[in-house]
Amino acid sequence: MTMTRKSRLGQWAAALLCAVVALGHSSGAFAGVLAEDRADALYHRYQGGGVTIQGPSVLVRKKIGENFAVNANYYMDFVTSASIDVKLSASQYKERRTQKSAGLEFLHGKSTYSAGVIDSRESDYMADTAYFSVSQDMFGDLTTVTLGYKRGWNDVFRNVKGADGSKTRDPTFADNVDTRGYSLGISQILTRNLIAGLNFEAITDEGYLNSPYRSVRFVSPGDPRGFALEREIYPRTHTSSAVALRGKYYLPYRAAIDTSYRFFTDTWGINAHTLDVGYTHPAFRRWVFDGRLRYYRQNSADFYSDLFPRQNFANFLARDKELATYNSFTVGVGAAYEFSVPWAARWIQKSTLNARIDHITINYDNFRDATVTDPGNGIPAGGEPLYKLNANVFQLFLSVWF
Amino acid sequence: MRAPAKVILGLATLASLAVMSGCSIQPWVKPYEREHLADPIMAFDRNPVSTSYLDHVFEAREGARGAGGGAGGGCGCN
Repeated sequence: MTMTRKSRLGQWAAALLCAVVALGHSSGAFAGVLAEDRADALYHRYQGGGVTIQGPSVLVRKKIGENFAVNANYYMDFVTSASIDVKLSASQYKERRTQKSAGLEFLHGKSTYSAGVIDSRESDYMADTAYFSVSQDMFGDLTTVTLGYKRGWNDVFRNVKGADGSKTRDPTFADNVDTRGYSLGISQILTRNLIAGLNFEAITDEGYLNSPYRSVRFVSPGDPRGFALEREIYPRTHTSSAVALRGKYYLPYRAAIDTSYRFFTDTWGINAHTLDVGYTHPAFRRWVFDGRLRYYRQNSADFYSDLFPRQNFANFLARDKELATYNSFTVGVGAAYEFSVPWAARWIQKSTLNARIDHITINYDNFRDATVTDPGNGIPAGGEPLYKLNANVFQLFLSVWF
Repeated sequence: MRAPAKVILGLATLASLAVMSGCSIQPWVKPYEREHLADPIMAFDRNPVSTSYLDHVFEAREGARGAGGGAGGGCGCN
């Protein structure tokens, strides 16, 4: 009998809840603290490369007694896409994605157990994730070790346009992706002003991993543009490993500087490096300012090509720009203003209004703008300018500690 | 067993042995010396709702993923 998505996630949720509650009943001496009660309401907007994605996100976290905490998040994306992929082989579309998550934390002595479920839905992709992690403080609370496991079930569909222009699900296509993730994190206090962290995560996927819409292009001399399109084909398995080292230092004048480096490698031949530097500066009593620089570089997947020499050139074919060789640079600034709400002082301890903007520039080394191909005017297939993406990411959010 | 799982298992074993051995490591930063580390500006993730959103933005546009602490979810990038 085939298990439905709801019962699958429901069983995991019940099992995780039972495990955490069972640990609660067996508890002995308590120590340590859980994070503060807090609610955040965020508006986010991404705009770049012909794509606009915006929507709300609400996150609430509440302690129940001294040892339990619950959290819930509701997140939405409203997508309007006329990206370069869409322009080449499809038509502009609008989409909505809704993600709900709920989690439970239990503190027992110097251990914190966390478990939760995430449910994400859009018209052609449904993802369920269950996770569990345990953190242990040790060595005089200078060190925290965290082990985590997550499991994901994803259903992939394809939408087609009906005769009246409405979007319907293609009855001839349905597939799935199975995901497992394993993580290990170590947080270490090094001096009275310096804390460091080391994270490792391995993720394996199995199933339909490409987009059911995207095409690759191959040389086709008979075509006026000099190329034709065929569906991309990815391997049905993918395993990746990432290790990240980060540190944060408290400066002599109440400000903090942080940096991180991540190395990523996977079975598709991609190696990537991410370097991040941030600075946090409180000022004028009620303000906190943030600045951040982020550099990212990756090489292309083994089966990626901007223009394949012929049709059915290899077993696996990709022209997803996220699998190309490129570098990305991000500059971000943010500000938080702390204010009080006198009439609600009984319930609200602290409130902040936060704004943040990040500008992302991506320079592709082997992904060309195939929408401008014009052999008659000296732009042959494979001779187009390299694609460059500029995007702005804006966030405005209210945080309340209660 | 896959290589990443072996690495995780090895590191977990080492961590477990360290805990079970009852190491008598004395904390070289005493609790009363952690005033600066307890300042909210020293949190790695000061605004979780913002961090998880930005992580999602990068993950949807980059080949790399993982080691950031998030639990994942849908892509929104088909």
